[in-house]
Amino acid sequence: MNQIPDLIRVFSYLSLLTVGGGMAAFPELKVLTVDVHHWLTFKQLIHLYSVGQMAPGPNMMMIVAVGQWVAGLPGAIVVLIAFFLPTALLAFTIGRLWGRLAKWPWRQSIQRGLAPVSIGLLLAGCLTMAKGAVTGWITAAVALAALMFLLRSRINPVFVILAGAVVGILALRT
Amino acid sequence: MQRRATNKVSAIPPPGPELVQPPARSGEISVLKIFTTFLVIGATSFGGGVVAYLRNSLVTKYQWLDDKTFVELLSISQTLPGLNATNMAVLVGDRLRGTAGALAAICGICLPGAVIMYGVALAYHVRGDRPLSVAGLKGVAAAAVGLILATTIQLGRKSLSGLPDLVFVALTVVGVNRLHQSVPRVLIVVGALAILWYRPRRQEKDKDKEDKKEEKEGPSP
Repeated sequence: MNQIPDLIRVFSYLSLLTVGGGMAAFPELKVLTVDVHHWLTFKQLIHLYSVGQMAPGPNMMMIVAVGQWVAGLPGAIVVLIAFFLPTALLAFTIGRLWGRLAKWPWRQSIQRGLAPVSIGLLLAGCLTMAKGAVTGWITAAVALAALMFLLRSRINPVFVILAGAVVGILALRT
Repeated sequence: MQRRATNKVSAIPPPGPELVQPPARSGEISVLKIFTTFLVIGATSFGGGVVAYLRNSLVTKYQWLDDKTFVELLSISQTLPGLNATNMAVLVGDRLRGTAGALAAICGICLPGAVIMYGVALAYHVRGDRPLSVAGLKGVAAAAVGLILATTIQLGRKSLSGLPDLVFVALTVVGVNRLHQSVPRVLIVVGALAILWYRPRRQEKDKDKEDKKEEKEGPSP
């Protein structure tokens, strides 16, 4: 079955939901890829998303893995374009109009008003992911330890995530 | 209740109209140079925080932008949907070399991560369900939750102030996680509420009124 049109629809829609960061789109990403289209399981989605946090560059590159999963190389390429083109065009257009928008009084209101909403969306995405990733006291401890380390030191997050992998291998083998 | 901090936008000063002028040196920068610069950023910015890498390269190393412009472009990136990294690439690329520059920048910054995640997808197919991989991935996922929460908290500290903001955050979270509303619905409803709450104060009109009042009353004798 040809999944390419569905991939384009899903990821261009998700593109426009990434207000404040990629995590804002996570709840919809879960619903569409796991519950609606059954492209992968929730566990697999969480695995890809977490590993994606270690990759360099924009932190939503895990979508490429979903595309590859569903439709091989064409799927990966289609997803990449579908996910980044809509917001890129928007940024391009608004960037050129920004000089004129600077005088528009509502611009400031939109910026100010969207700030708490985008934080809320990131938090909601984080909670959705936590439901699947924090499954017992060991994973809860790993998440909490990672949070504390990252808030209190300037350590590179890659090392924290790698430490999580080590703890997992040592303590979470079934 | 008093509405506070109407003019505070993510601790970033509002961009001025001079934004539209291209930087003086833009003519010297080739599209290829833009591509390779963003490619290097895309390949080396491990551990998130691409913005810091962008600033290092664009402002400090190459001086293609000054700090003020960088912050202005960043504030556009943060308001619009899309990842900061790719929005910044488009905005900076466009300012340096127009459409071709924007295209080169976004392709450059995305390519390394995309290739890596393509490889991850292949590897996950082969080894993803082995016990050792599953155990490691469980730990990775838990740590990633901590990382995302930390990033959100750090962002929140910078951009939130006052009780209304906390109420909007809570409404958004409850809408998505408790009431299971779709993200766009919550975005539109709570977003509209928040924007109305911080609607433009009618300072100029008030001023006009005061002026008129003064005129009516006339200079006191």
